[in-house]
Amino acid sequence: MTDTVLHSTEATPASSKGKRRLPPFLVVLGFAWLALMVAIALSADWIRPYNFTAMDLQNRLSLPGNPAHLLGTDELGRDVLSRLIESIRVSLLIAFSATIISAVFGTLLGFLAAHFRGIVEQIVLMLADFQAALPFLILSLAVLAFFGNSLMLLICLMGFFGWERYARIARGLAISANAQGYAGAVVQLGATPSRVYFKHILPNIASTLIVSMTLTFPEIILLESSLSFLGLGVQPPMTSLGNMVGYGREYLTLAPWIMLMPAFVIMFTTLSISLIGDWLRDKLDPTIR
Amino acid sequence: MLRFFLLRLFRALVTIALVVTFAFVVLRMSGDPATIILGPEAPPSAVAAFREAWGLNDPIWVQYLSYFGAILQGDLGMSMRDGRPAIELVAERIPATLQLTVPTLILKLAIGIPAGVYAALHRDSIVDRIVMIGAVVGFTMPSFVLGLILVLIFSVTLGWLPSGGQDSWLHAALPIATMGIGGAAVLARFSRSAMIEVLGQPYIRTASAKGVSWPRVIRGHAMPNAAIPIVTIVGFMVGSLVAGAVVIESLFSWPGVGRLLVIAVSNRDLAVVQCILLLIAVTMVVSNFVVDILYGYLDPRLRNNYAKA
Repeated sequence: MTDTVLHSTEATPASSKGKRRLPPFLVVLGFAWLALMVAIALSADWIRPYNFTAMDLQNRLSLPGNPAHLLGTDELGRDVLSRLIESIRVSLLIAFSATIISAVFGTLLGFLAAHFRGIVEQIVLMLADFQAALPFLILSLAVLAFFGNSLMLLICLMGFFGWERYARIARGLAISANAQGYAGAVVQLGATPSRVYFKHILPNIASTLIVSMTLTFPEIILLESSLSFLGLGVQPPMTSLGNMVGYGREYLTLAPWIMLMPAFVIMFTTLSISLIGDWLRDKLDPTIR
Repeated sequence: MLRFFLLRLFRALVTIALVVTFAFVVLRMSGDPATIILGPEAPPSAVAAFREAWGLNDPIWVQYLSYFGAILQGDLGMSMRDGRPAIELVAERIPATLQLTVPTLILKLAIGIPAGVYAALHRDSIVDRIVMIGAVVGFTMPSFVLGLILVLIFSVTLGWLPSGGQDSWLHAALPIATMGIGGAAVLARFSRSAMIEVLGQPYIRTASAKGVSWPRVIRGHAMPNAAIPIVTIVGFMVGSLVAGAVVIESLFSWPGVGRLLVIAVSNRDLAVVQCILLLIAVTMVVSNFVVDILYGYLDPRLRNNYAKA
């Protein structure tokens, strides 16, 4: 992940500066794709040609390009385009909420560790070690086995993904910020700790945290789609991208489009965010890896 | 060095204890095991007998201690579905999983590291481009999508390879390829960055300036230093030998630990889930521990820092 950084530091400053003003073409494409996905997610109820559970038993497994069903239909004659739109909405909802939960939770714990040091810091670091000791997919499978399944639980569970990354970054940066003049100065002026952390230190480390979010977001999408693919994530009648791939797999030979459409959406989305993330990292914070 | 070793060992043990505690807490928080297993309509006498048999009437801390003690003795409970010890069910699945993951690991190492080092030494060459593109795709494409696309090509269209089951070594080809390709690309990209970073260091320039031949600079000065970050990610890959195949085993109906886990989760067979959870945690912790020790060996600076601290 460091290579874009290395490329940019090695390029001659004079020639690369002019180019940097405009983001590269691929990044623009990434932004466009992401904007499209968000637009689809927000307007899902209006742009869906059919209800995503409506069956058209006359037209089962119909090919894409059918005027009534642009992307074809599945084994129950449900419109693939409508299901795709609904899936994009559900998957993005989970990924966005989870990314935000994990960023807020992780940053908060990182700040607590940096502020109190001592035992609090040790506990936070120990929890981070624990999280690193178990692959998150396994952890989520265990929790789902024990608790059963619901959308709320799934979002909260995904919200625990990657918090340790924010916690480590926030802790490290806050400790070094505390040692700098500006934090000391506001403390001397009588600012409360929460004011120091949220009004003064947070804006200074926000760019690094945002870059971490671009790393977490695609991972959460992949995680949720893997779980749903296994039939253990989003449950029918609700649908998500991984879910569609999972059920489409049964009809791989007869109707590969059911599975390919959501698969491409997953790939393009994660790819777009990775490209944007690389570019942002270059722009905002060349020190992070 | 001894202090470094003991400190790491202590942390590894604490992590395992945390995982055990986590399993216990989640198990107890998820509701009354008696009603979960027997169903809400079970007669009260059956529930009472079940509670007695599983020790559910004791105070929670007694349950916790006896739970911990049982695990230390290797007693991980009975599979609540077919009445056999969970550890037995899991153990008999391990060889099948290793059959997939060990060749996959070898494939990743054999392709990933040389490709990454070559790409770093020949920047902007064809290999470099392929490594970069492959790594991006490997990172962004879910493994089950890659697997399904390979099935679509090699099983459905060409008919060369079977798409599921465990009858011959041919059946292992697609799952291994699916996991190996993505992993190799990610490892290649990682090795490439590690190598490039090392090549930019002053000691490489010094070695060249002293007149050391370039191949020797690479072998003697660059590679050992680049090995440190690479060891981390390889350690992680070794640690996930058991856990890494959950999705792929399910996709290719391969009867390994991962598939057992998915089935146990859908059946809510808690003893089996918990047993796999511990198995995976122990594998991860052990491999992290080995990596930490290797660090000390590869990088004397780390070891000395610990000795002083």
